[in-house]
Amino acid sequence: MFINQISVFMENKKGRLSSLTRILAENKIDLVALSIADTADYGIMRAIVNRTEEAERVLRQAGFMVSTTKVLGVVVPDSPGGLADVLDIFTQGDISVEYLYSFVRNQGRNALIMFKVSPCDKAVELLRSHGIELVTQQQVNSL
Amino acid sequence: MNQYWNKTYECMDRTALRELQGERLRATVKRVYENVPFYREKMQQKGIAPMDIRTIDDIVKLPFTVKDDLRDNYPYGLFASPMQDITRLQASSGTTGRLTVVGYTQRDIDTWAEVMARSMYCAGVDRSSIVQVSYGYGLFTGGLGAHYGAERVGATVVPTSSGNTERQVRLLRDFGATALCCTPSYALHIADTMEDMGVTLDQIKLKSGIFGAEPWTDAMRKEIEHKLGIECFDIYGLSEITGPGVAVECNNHNGLHVFEDHFFPEIIDPDTLEPVPDGQPGELVFTTITKEGMPLLRYRTRDLSMLDASPCPCGRTHRRMKKVLGRSDDMIVIRGVNVFPTQVETILIEMGEVEPHYLLVVDRENNADTLEVQVEMSQQLFSDEVRRIEETERRIRARILTMLGISAKVRLVEPHSLPRSEGKAKRVQDNRKNKM
Repeated sequence: MFINQISVFMENKKGRLSSLTRILAENKIDLVALSIADTADYGIMRAIVNRTEEAERVLRQAGFMVSTTKVLGVVVPDSPGGLADVLDIFTQGDISVEYLYSFVRNQGRNALIMFKVSPCDKAVELLRSHGIELVTQQQVNSL
Repeated sequence: MNQYWNKTYECMDRTALRELQGERLRATVKRVYENVPFYREKMQQKGIAPMDIRTIDDIVKLPFTVKDDLRDNYPYGLFASPMQDITRLQASSGTTGRLTVVGYTQRDIDTWAEVMARSMYCAGVDRSSIVQVSYGYGLFTGGLGAHYGAERVGATVVPTSSGNTERQVRLLRDFGATALCCTPSYALHIADTMEDMGVTLDQIKLKSGIFGAEPWTDAMRKEIEHKLGIECFDIYGLSEITGPGVAVECNNHNGLHVFEDHFFPEIIDPDTLEPVPDGQPGELVFTTITKEGMPLLRYRTRDLSMLDASPCPCGRTHRRMKKVLGRSDDMIVIRGVNVFPTQVETILIEMGEVEPHYLLVVDRENNADTLEVQVEMSQQLFSDEVRRIEETERRIRARILTMLGISAKVRLVEPHSLPRSEGKAKRVQDNRKNKM
């Protein structure tokens, strides 16, 4: 139900992002989705990859600070108001959204949005009761 | 096992000890007066002769020695033995250029092994032990000092020296050392490397650690004890006096017994240079009373400590010096406030979230001092949410403001990005010097 996301701490220094992506490439790890939260001094790269554990291992070995987080991949209709409807459900259900980023668009019909929410289990329940589809890790891996 | 290596001297009645100290001081003063022009001139300037020194109490009449005196007399100017009697040279690297050189006669080397053997026993190390010496071997006294002491008690020595930390961990696991000797910051580095390599505590046999050569805090001690599953023993020494083994903790951990039958300690007020009574803090001063090669009179260590003469449950009668928590020359003055890197370290470790890898960067902007504390990101501290990281930075900043009374910028940096030597950790980068 949840999707494993890796998060990496990166100082704002020349070449850090390129060396990180190079390590993933050398280990034949596919980046499926990527988002970076940045501040003046550092950034946090959040990514969905096809082999999470392997990615975590090779990055840690290369000296990066890595953690994994569970996020939700929510299927949102690709039309005006699609995201607003999902957010309304969260607001009414008292679910707080820590962050979100968009994932892939599926031929103009649906968009996938990654959400970090809390509490997570309750969010899943609510989305299901509203008939909203969630993508699984397996589905992500095959994208 | 036998509790003491040398009970006769370690547990000597204090009156008899003072007599012995007086006798040895007299011989030392005579030796340097006759053989070292530097000391003869200093004593003549003060109007004193060897015969003015009768008991150990007369030590206060003698001139002080400072590190610059060693540099000014580089390399052999303070030696009291002819070179054919010198069997070893050791040196410590000054950050300011010239080395500080120390010469040992064979008897000095034997004495050094003797006090290190006592130190080993204090830490429960005996002939059944396996000791991994991860201090650097070479001109630095750490490696050879620990080596000779461990060998003297008959332990099995694994002389790894410092560096190649992954190999250190593999050897700890494969050779099964029961005691580790290194700097405390390197012990933590080994512990972290062990964790990275997936080596767990049940795979190693370490029971005790003998750590010294740099100031460390109680918080850091707890961290090492927890991570390596050992009991830590603080050892103190400096190459000018002999190297490690000048003083060491016993298993009561209530200060470090100074081996007073060889090194006579005093505490002085660093401003007035007047001796202060036991129990009062000040600068630690040592006189070597048995050395031949390079005896030093009232050597000012710049280390801040105090002496405790109260009886110790271990039975040793030698006074205990409080753990050195800073050096008067490590101290940095920021906006008129005295700051020791160890204070920042205590804050970081006590917060329970941060690995103690940090650097104080001091600078000057618009004629005002600035302090930036860089802290390496750790697993406990990391979050995928910016606001949580910012919250942590805020908490560190608030603690620094409360404890030190100065505001600092706190910056979290990537793991392993701060300068880290295999020996002593670099804790301060003062950029103001280039801007004066």
